[in-house]
Amino acid sequence: MAELPNTEERLTPDTFLRGLWEENPVFVMLLGMCPVLAVTSTTINALAMGLATTFVLVSSSLLVSLLRSWIPKQVRIASYIVIIATFVTIVDYAIQAISLELYAALGAFIQLIVANCVILGRAEAYASKQRIMTTLVNSLGMGAGFTLALLSLGGVREILGNGTILGISIFPADFQPWIVMILPPGGFFVLGGWLLLFNWLRLRKERKEAEQIGVTAHAR
Amino acid sequence: MDKGIEIRTSPHLKRVISVDKIMRTVVLALLPICAFAVYQFGLSALLLLLTTTGVAMWTEWFFARLSGKGNTLADWSVVITGLLLGLTLPPGFPLWMAAVAAFVGVALGKALFGGLGYNVMNPALVGRAFVQAAFPVAITTWTPAFAPGRFMELIPSTLTLPFMQPNPVKDWVAGLHLDGWSGATPLAIQKFQHIEAPIADAFSGMIAGSAGETSALLILICGLWLAWQRMLDWRIPVSVLAGAALMALPFWLMDSGHYPSPWFVLSSGGLMLAAWFMASDMVASPVTARGVVIYGLFIGSLTVIIRLFGGLVEGVMYAILLGNALGPLISSWTQPRVYGTSKKS
Repeated sequence: MAELPNTEERLTPDTFLRGLWEENPVFVMLLGMCPVLAVTSTTINALAMGLATTFVLVSSSLLVSLLRSWIPKQVRIASYIVIIATFVTIVDYAIQAISLELYAALGAFIQLIVANCVILGRAEAYASKQRIMTTLVNSLGMGAGFTLALLSLGGVREILGNGTILGISIFPADFQPWIVMILPPGGFFVLGGWLLLFNWLRLRKERKEAEQIGVTAHAR
Repeated sequence: MDKGIEIRTSPHLKRVISVDKIMRTVVLALLPICAFAVYQFGLSALLLLLTTTGVAMWTEWFFARLSGKGNTLADWSVVITGLLLGLTLPPGFPLWMAAVAAFVGVALGKALFGGLGYNVMNPALVGRAFVQAAFPVAITTWTPAFAPGRFMELIPSTLTLPFMQPNPVKDWVAGLHLDGWSGATPLAIQKFQHIEAPIADAFSGMIAGSAGETSALLILICGLWLAWQRMLDWRIPVSVLAGAALMALPFWLMDSGHYPSPWFVLSSGGLMLAAWFMASDMVASPVTARGVVIYGLFIGSLTVIIRLFGGLVEGVMYAILLGNALGPLISSWTQPRVYGTSKKS
């Protein structure tokens, strides 16, 4: 884009890594909470949801980035939604074809990927301003971060709530399942626990950096 | 300074009374109830109380250290939480689950909100609600009171290995050769078979139930002593109990064969303990005199509604948690009019 040269970013490892850690869509930006809480009762569901969302995220971001100079500013949101909905429909039919069981478990949440704010947020805040290559890498990172977050919720909930991981039993037969963990409150508890951990780690890092700056400033 | 004149700002409190003194008095009032629980259910109840109190204290210490607050154990409030939690659990409750309850109660119900004075809900009940949702079977497995040899041996489910299902108690109970033991509490028998236990037994505590909630009489005495010491607001327990009795009365008059009598409602289950020691939680209850009456009536009547029409046998825990949640709202509704200002505004 000739008229907006300064908003385009260069491709660095950070373009990808930001989605995993610094701008993790779930643990840092708190976006897309609906599937995060609703379909993470087992690891398989979490993984399927994460991959489906990643596919939609990457492909719609690519298309938005490709069409960014043709989409008029006034109707951009509607255009993004149409693009996203197209890919969601593809995913919807694909999952239905691959595994009807999984399709039933995920329920309406596959169609609801359309309304996932991570995807629309990426389209609006990133893909519409960036070149295709950086968009691809960035949205892959975001999708990986989202999938990772879903997996970390689904893993904890399945281990405690069912005693299994990916459907494989990892405890002796008389394991006592924590039934609350596969119920909706369990989603909130586990999400809260992870957020606590992430915020604590980040605050600690910031404090250390601030101390370092203080030390160097003092040394000068 | 001159002895005769002492200048202070308001409030002009007549007594020197500190938080830790109140809390110590409450612990003192709970001790007879704990002693009766141990007498009734034996070693298992003792270990249960020690576990919940110990884990609650450790959790408090841990989070206080993490947030750089210093030693908050000294205010004794967490001891009350631990004891109350232990008293509300079934005597044979596996110790590892009790530890989970104590940790979740103090961590989630208290420490995350900022410690004593900031908790929205009663921490002991938060812990109990968590294990009720997580382990619904274990928390409704009752063992008989006054089992012979209760001071020599433990209820088998007490020493369950962590993360394992509770050891079955059926064979152990059968080995006791008790007549007429159905594995249900009087409250459950009333709810599902509509047979009331004798009021005298339920009132004095000669029944099965959670470790420390069986003897309504003893709890009443301890609670009254505490109220007489002015360590709790008497309006709260009185209005909780009144709310429960008033709500139960019309149903009993309509069909006394099906619904419990108000006397049975008051003396059974955890209502008495909850009314005196949990609803009266100083932090989680409203602050105005009119407010606590509304709060108490709400809790009492909701308890009876859950008992009569809900899926659960006992509803006082959720009633208090909901009452706690409404507390700030009730407080702001019932703010007294400032003297000299108009009624509207």
